[in-house]
Amino acid sequence: MNPETQSREPRRAKKPLNGNHVPSEVIDSARSGASPSVAPASVHALMGWYETPGELYKACEALRDAGYQRFDAHTPFAVHGLEHAMGLRPSRLPWIVLGGGLFGLVGSVLLAWYTQGVDYPQNISGKEAFSYQAFIPVFFELTVLCAAFATFFGMWSMNKLPRFFHPVQTHPSFERATDDLFFISVEAADPKYDRVATKRLLASLGAHELCEVGS
Amino acid sequence: MSTLSYPHDDPAVRPELLPGKRDFRGITRQVSGIVEAKTPTGWKLAIAFTLSVLMILFGSLFRLVTKGTGVWGLNTTVGWAWDITGFVFWVGIGHAGTLISAILFLFRQKWRTSINRAAEAMTIFAVMSAAIYPVFHVGRVWFAYWLFPVPNQMQVWPNFKSPLFWDVCAVSTYATVSLLFWFVGLVPDLATLRDRADTKTKQIVYGILALGWRGSHRHWLNYEKAYQIFAGLSTPLVLSVHTIVSFDFAVSVVPGWHTTIFPPYFVAGAVFSGFAMVVTLMVMARRFLGLGNLITIHHLENMNKIILATGSIVGYAYGIEFFTAWYSGNPYEKFVFLNRAFGPYSWAYWTMVSCNVIFPQLFWFKKVRTSVPLMFVISILVNIGMWFERFVIVVTSLHRDYLPSSWTYFKPSLFDISTFIGTFGLFFTMLLLFVRYLPMVAIGEVKSILPAADPHAAHDHTEARHES
Repeated sequence: MNPETQSREPRRAKKPLNGNHVPSEVIDSARSGASPSVAPASVHALMGWYETPGELYKACEALRDAGYQRFDAHTPFAVHGLEHAMGLRPSRLPWIVLGGGLFGLVGSVLLAWYTQGVDYPQNISGKEAFSYQAFIPVFFELTVLCAAFATFFGMWSMNKLPRFFHPVQTHPSFERATDDLFFISVEAADPKYDRVATKRLLASLGAHELCEVGS
Repeated sequence: MSTLSYPHDDPAVRPELLPGKRDFRGITRQVSGIVEAKTPTGWKLAIAFTLSVLMILFGSLFRLVTKGTGVWGLNTTVGWAWDITGFVFWVGIGHAGTLISAILFLFRQKWRTSINRAAEAMTIFAVMSAAIYPVFHVGRVWFAYWLFPVPNQMQVWPNFKSPLFWDVCAVSTYATVSLLFWFVGLVPDLATLRDRADTKTKQIVYGILALGWRGSHRHWLNYEKAYQIFAGLSTPLVLSVHTIVSFDFAVSVVPGWHTTIFPPYFVAGAVFSGFAMVVTLMVMARRFLGLGNLITIHHLENMNKIILATGSIVGYAYGIEFFTAWYSGNPYEKFVFLNRAFGPYSWAYWTMVSCNVIFPQLFWFKKVRTSVPLMFVISILVNIGMWFERFVIVVTSLHRDYLPSSWTYFKPSLFDISTFIGTFGLFFTMLLLFVRYLPMVAIGEVKSILPAADPHAAHDHTEARHES
């Protein structure tokens, strides 16, 4: 890949981004004029952003190696391999899909058996009432349909979406997490979390606009 | 011209998919800019026109429902004509969208990211247009639910041994899965639009549609897995759909329909016509929406290559049908094919052959493959040819059956024609609404193929570990 395309130019922001170089000892919440040393009423996480996926990757590795568990990355697209840096296990979604597919297969066989063989058998071209060979297309389609529904609803429920609000969305620049910035958030509930130490760790890796967010 | 603008012909050298310097922000701005800009006058004129055509559809269907299927030109010999032709035509067009979103995804063809969103939208609108036919050709539409295995007052169930019921299952599954897949792909981009919204209405509408997406990597992990599974499910699904559509014919005993070549032949034809429609639409998107830097000549050329490949398969199938008819020794089969090529519908047959077999062969030449005006014309010819293919298969096989006294020449009625024209109104109205209100290029996916998206682009790092 071409390293020159790694964009490090000054960015044109919709509104000026404050605190590109926040002194690490200042915890500013940047929200609602809270005084720098006072965090939001209930702190959810410490959040900041990086300019490139590479920096975010390093930060995730550093957090993982320091033993943090409850942290997350927020990126405009799926940064491939980040799950390794974060120490995440592969998704368990396929098991839900398998369940959905099996449900569809068994359900369609039962449906065919009951409607064609038991409830109202009809003599069609001399075939047996329950001619599974002729039902293969129906079995296949219903299996795929149920597997697809399982994928769709399984994925959203594993992600606990839809939801109206999440504290990370209160970060002053969060609207650019779906545009061009790569956010990191460390939850205050993490046992390793320490306002000053965590902040110093992230800032040492080049994080911008670090602040605590809460609801 | 072509070799200069696109110099990467060495297959060992991977060309950059999107030439020029592009950053993440630029892509966000360009794609959401189409949605956020003031409504262009051209768009208003276009939708006024397509809505008028849509009204023709409504009028035709109103006439059909109030009078019955007799308003179509069908008779006892030709009991299936423009309705099934239109149905197969539209379903086939949809297949390219799924091919791009699913099969090219599984093959890791990164160039698909510029066109997959629009192609998937095209799939959904094509399937909607197709669905008009099976729903309305039942005649009494208020009984359309009889198509599904739900208990009804007759206490009888649909016949699971009938290809028509298979078709109901296949097409409704296809429509549902395509819609779910499309929506899943849209969510991160809807979140982008939500975060850029400048009015309360946009914020609320895109906000609800984006489901509260916040780009969390823990979510991306499940999301990407779901995307992969959708691609894996859609691939056999799309092949099954046109296979089952071809069963509508192949499972019957009508000469000209009763052949085993139909499933692969129909699937190839579907991909062929679908890609032609994608090329038509993408050429227009480049022209009118200024997307030439995202949908490059390289993308168009790749699609033309697929058109060439599938067009050749279709041409081969036309040939082998004749061979089989002769080799079978069945006089009825032989008659049907001679009648196709030299009978009263020979004009339709040769229109089909020239549009589908002859013109796409011009894509062997790189000059043609990379010339936007030429590919635009050929892509439209392919779609005309593919419509004729279905018409030829359906009508020429029926109009001269076993009993010469019932031979007839099918002519469409005004309502056959107006219904078909009307489905274009539906298709293009939906497409225009899509272009105006939803991101027509997958913003996130295009970003992910930029060199800067690779976390290891700028620095060497030690081997990633799975668990800390």
